[in-house]
Amino acid sequence: MDFTILILALPLLSFLILGLAGMKMPHKWAGAIGTLSLTLVTILSYCAAALYFGAGRNAEGIFAPITPYNHTWLPLGGTLSIDMGILIDPISVMMLIVISTVSLMVHIYSLGYMKGERGFQRYYAFLSLFTFSMLGLVVATNIFQMYVFWELVGVSSYLLIGFYYTKPAAIAASKKAFIVTRFADLFFLIGILLYGYYTETFSFTPGETLLMSAGAVLPIALALMFVGGAGKSAMFPLHIWLPDAMEGPTPVSALIHAATMVVAGVYLVARMFPLFIDYAPEVLHIVAYVGAFTSLYAAIVACVQTDIKRVLAFSTISQIAFMMVALGVCTSSNPHYGGLGYMASMFHLFTHAMFKGLLFLGAGAIIHAVHSNEKSQMGGLRKYMPVTHLTFLVACLAIAGIPPFSGFFSKDEILAACYDYSPMMGVFMSIVAAMTAFYMFRLYYLIFWGKSHYEEQLSLYSAGKSTHKPHKPHEAPLCMTAPLVILATITTVAGFIPFGNFISSNGEAYHIHINPAVATVSILLALAGIALATVMYIRGNSKLTTAINKALGIFIEAAYNRFYMDELWLFVTKKIIFNCISRPIAWFDRHVIDATMDMMATITQKCGNIVRPMQSGNVQSYSVWFLSGALLLALMLIFFT
Amino acid sequence: MTIPAQFYLILAAVLFFIGVFGFFTRRNLISLLISTELMLNAVDINFAVFNAYSHPEHLEGFFFTMFGIGIAAAETAVAIAIIINVFRNAKSIHIKNLLDLKH
Amino acid sequence: MNILNLFVAIPLAMLFALWISRNTKQIRTVMVTGSTLLLSLSVYLTIDFIAQRNAGVTAAQLYTDSWSWYPALNICYSIGVDGISVAMILLSSIIVFTGTFASWNIKPHTKDFFLWYVLLSLGVYGFFITTDMFAMFMFYETALIPMYLLIGVWGSGKKEYSAMKLTLMLMGGSAFLLMGILGIYYGSGATTMNIHEIAALSNIPTEMQYIFFPLTFIGFGVLGALFPFHTWSPDGHASAPTSVSMLHAGVLMKLGGYGCFRIAMYLLPQAANDLAWIFIILTTISVVYGALSAISQTDLKYINAYSSVSHCGLVLFALLMMTRTSCTGAILQMLSHGLMTALFFALIGMIYGRTHTRDIRQMQGLMKIMPFLSVGYVIAGLANLGLPGFSGFIAEMTIFVGSFMVDDTFHRTVTIIACTSIVITAVYILRVVGKILYGEPCNEEHKRLTDATWDERFTVICLIICVAGLGIAPMWVSDLINNGVGDIITILRP
Repeated sequence: MDFTILILALPLLSFLILGLAGMKMPHKWAGAIGTLSLTLVTILSYCAAALYFGAGRNAEGIFAPITPYNHTWLPLGGTLSIDMGILIDPISVMMLIVISTVSLMVHIYSLGYMKGERGFQRYYAFLSLFTFSMLGLVVATNIFQMYVFWELVGVSSYLLIGFYYTKPAAIAASKKAFIVTRFADLFFLIGILLYGYYTETFSFTPGETLLMSAGAVLPIALALMFVGGAGKSAMFPLHIWLPDAMEGPTPVSALIHAATMVVAGVYLVARMFPLFIDYAPEVLHIVAYVGAFTSLYAAIVACVQTDIKRVLAFSTISQIAFMMVALGVCTSSNPHYGGLGYMASMFHLFTHAMFKGLLFLGAGAIIHAVHSNEKSQMGGLRKYMPVTHLTFLVACLAIAGIPPFSGFFSKDEILAACYDYSPMMGVFMSIVAAMTAFYMFRLYYLIFWGKSHYEEQLSLYSAGKSTHKPHKPHEAPLCMTAPLVILATITTVAGFIPFGNFISSNGEAYHIHINPAVATVSILLALAGIALATVMYIRGNSKLTTAINKALGIFIEAAYNRFYMDELWLFVTKKIIFNCISRPIAWFDRHVIDATMDMMATITQKCGNIVRPMQSGNVQSYSVWFLSGALLLALMLIFFT
Repeated sequence: MTIPAQFYLILAAVLFFIGVFGFFTRRNLISLLISTELMLNAVDINFAVFNAYSHPEHLEGFFFTMFGIGIAAAETAVAIAIIINVFRNAKSIHIKNLLDLKH
Repeated sequence: MNILNLFVAIPLAMLFALWISRNTKQIRTVMVTGSTLLLSLSVYLTIDFIAQRNAGVTAAQLYTDSWSWYPALNICYSIGVDGISVAMILLSSIIVFTGTFASWNIKPHTKDFFLWYVLLSLGVYGFFITTDMFAMFMFYETALIPMYLLIGVWGSGKKEYSAMKLTLMLMGGSAFLLMGILGIYYGSGATTMNIHEIAALSNIPTEMQYIFFPLTFIGFGVLGALFPFHTWSPDGHASAPTSVSMLHAGVLMKLGGYGCFRIAMYLLPQAANDLAWIFIILTTISVVYGALSAISQTDLKYINAYSSVSHCGLVLFALLMMTRTSCTGAILQMLSHGLMTALFFALIGMIYGRTHTRDIRQMQGLMKIMPFLSVGYVIAGLANLGLPGFSGFIAEMTIFVGSFMVDDTFHRTVTIIACTSIVITAVYILRVVGKILYGEPCNEEHKRLTDATWDERFTVICLIICVAGLGIAPMWVSDLINNGVGDIITILRP
């Protein structure tokens, strides 16, 4: 497995080449270098997966983790040190495949999408940097290496969101994304520090005795780490950065903010799962509740958004919350009893990455065609963009949970795990799943069905009522449609992968079996959601829609404004931190502390001014002082001797 | 009858303090010079008085008075010369205007 | 011939050569030759030092030597280095070297500028190589005085005020320091001024330690921007010319931390242990307070100066935690902060030299106008907010891990408070980056500005390489420092 180092080295190399020499390169070369290195990485990742899973299980019936590299990077005294290395185990291999596949698709897709953009080379450099950091994150051998790469993915996300750096919205969004996640990382860091102190190691597998002695602190440490994960994975209330992050180029949203980086939090919890389940099951259940609430919240908001990327963003939040819930509802590490959620979560992570990547890339193609993110500018596009339409439909069916698409299988496992945990949770998540089907098909109908915005504009133009000749939507070029088709294919067949055979909570093989009751309920609910969306939106906004909108007026208004979470964020940052803390402190520094120093100087100066006239050079005043002094001395001599 | 020594001494003291007062308060170089002369004369009177009353058999006090008068004359000559030169340069002998050397 | 003497001899030779040089070309030749020599010498010293350590030389100090100077007071010119001083000397050389290029076109009085500049470096080197308290104090003062003229003559803005304020506050610190040093000298029986001999005697009565520890610590703390004695830093940095800001924030402020550790804590361990809590509170305030103040500043240099207050606060904070790891982290932070701040001030100087304003409200979209400088600024910013791969990250992580090793509620709480600075740092860095670099250029005049010249590029690239090098391969320097810290920690925590 020594070649795995190349999986990290190649993107880094391509980042360095593009970063240092990119500006002097023609666009084609830059794209070629980035794509080529990613192709190699993808091939190597698949090789690694084939070799790893091909080697079979060991005597204990699990796929043993392999650590081809592990070197001390920074010694920290005592037994602590930050190591850098590569850890190959089932989930990291799965993540390698997810990341390299989606990243490769995005690289190819961007050749068309970003064609002719200013900063094309920079774009590819950042993509390589991101891929490098994300791969480094998943193969981390210890929690601190994970944190190192965690920060690096954060910064590459910052750079890519702010790619259009002349757009104020993009600048604000990139800043917000970085600071919110950084805030969460603070808790992650404190969690790591606690963990490191009590377990005397940063590795994922500390000694039993140390873990026992850590006792009560371990749940706190793990909970803090989860807060870090919640920041990256956009759990409520730290989700606020993700919808804004859509200001970046669409392929970036597909790669970072849908498929890979945002699931880092889920990956983190999955990575620490053995510790969670053995030492902090109560924290795990908190994870489940946070996830459940987030999924509902995001689903509601997604139902009323009009910007297609925002809908997808909230849908991402909701789906990631599903994965969190799946992890959270685990009660033991036995996959047959209580540990199903772990496998379901990883499975959903895998399938979600594919279909959500597909949705975003499809949305990118649409935006590319109509030059707008707003649904009002779309409609009736199925005639103009057949390939995009079909692949988008596949992805919508997958996310809605219709068999035989992959989303059905993974979501079904999650729901089964939820029903195992408690019927309440199961019902709750089923409802959210139904809402998912509803808002995805709402999106689908509004984009591809109904009246064509283009035709309306065209008729206006030919009738002479508009001077602006509308731009005819056209199908995207091959390099953009090919990734769509590939991802759609994966989405269609991925459900049949015997996922449990590769990944399960304690490593033993688990055969996925569909629970007929749960499956029926979820299919029915999904169909109901789709049916409702069909009735309401297939011909644009129907009467029913208007009626519903009227009935729920304020609520919809609030949901459209994301329940004012962003206003709250602005209030906290601008009003409280900036105006009520930072300003006064700066004022205090200038006008109290500095003024005290200045006052000391002023007092000295005043004293100097008082004493100074005595040395004026005026003989008359000298003689006055002299005479008074002489008299005084004389008096003293007379009276005190 | 002789005039008591105190009379001379009071005169000298009054003269001296008139000189001191003048020296402290006047701002005109000539007035300052005059004040200095007053103080010198007061001292001269004292010398003469103490010589005459305490040691009439000696003459040192009178000599000192003579010296004092001589020195005062020489000093006045020098001072007047300086003052005239100052006046030539600064067109004034008021000390408020003579701060050039201070800065 | 002891190699360390060269660190004093070369600046002296440079002073002489500068004195006799006639034109700018000669001055530049002298400066470049001299600073290159110093840099290569420090690199050699570092390599040789590590080689000796690897060969198993375990003496606390290497290259030791001593000449009696004024026997009546036991003043000697004793020299010697350990891992900490080697790291500091290397840092100084890098900054002096790059600072030379950053002040390539300084006007007027080029010659005088460099004379004072070299004198300042002389003081800094002298401070790091000597082990005699009096000699250290003398070199310390030598380094402080030129600052007054460098800021007062070549500065900008309210330069006289700032220069005076800086000098007076630092001199005030020196007064405390002198008292502290004399206290230590007489407390230890007035037999030696050599810090290692005093440490070996360890006979200063506890009551005396209680008096002289605060004096010495505050004396050095003023230079290390200890709250509430930090206010010289924003004004001083804002007025100083580029290379002086670099040298000052990069090296001179490190004298404070180094002195606190080497003299105050090392020689007065009892008081250091008992009184640390007071200063821990002050430094925690420094860390958070500096960062929060930086958020609402509008002048680039003020932002950086407050950021320095925060970062240097972290240095003192980590020293006071008194674990081996945290102290290693503190020294790493000195190195890292020195390099990063020098980079920052260099960039700010270059931007200011073009736009003639440092007000962030008047600049926008510089990324389009001067891409090289802007990219450099983004890198400096990311390094400053502790991005892995740059020096800031390893230093901060070492500090936090080290501070966490002290297991009681008070230390835990302050450590967590100090940790929050990583978020606040991100806020003010990104605010500036977003405001001045991104967006469309708003000022028509700015559109005509040019990107960096070769000497500026050279400065920036050198510093970026150092910052990244330290951040990517921290092992060797961490080992180097850890070695030196060990002896002091054994005394502090018996």
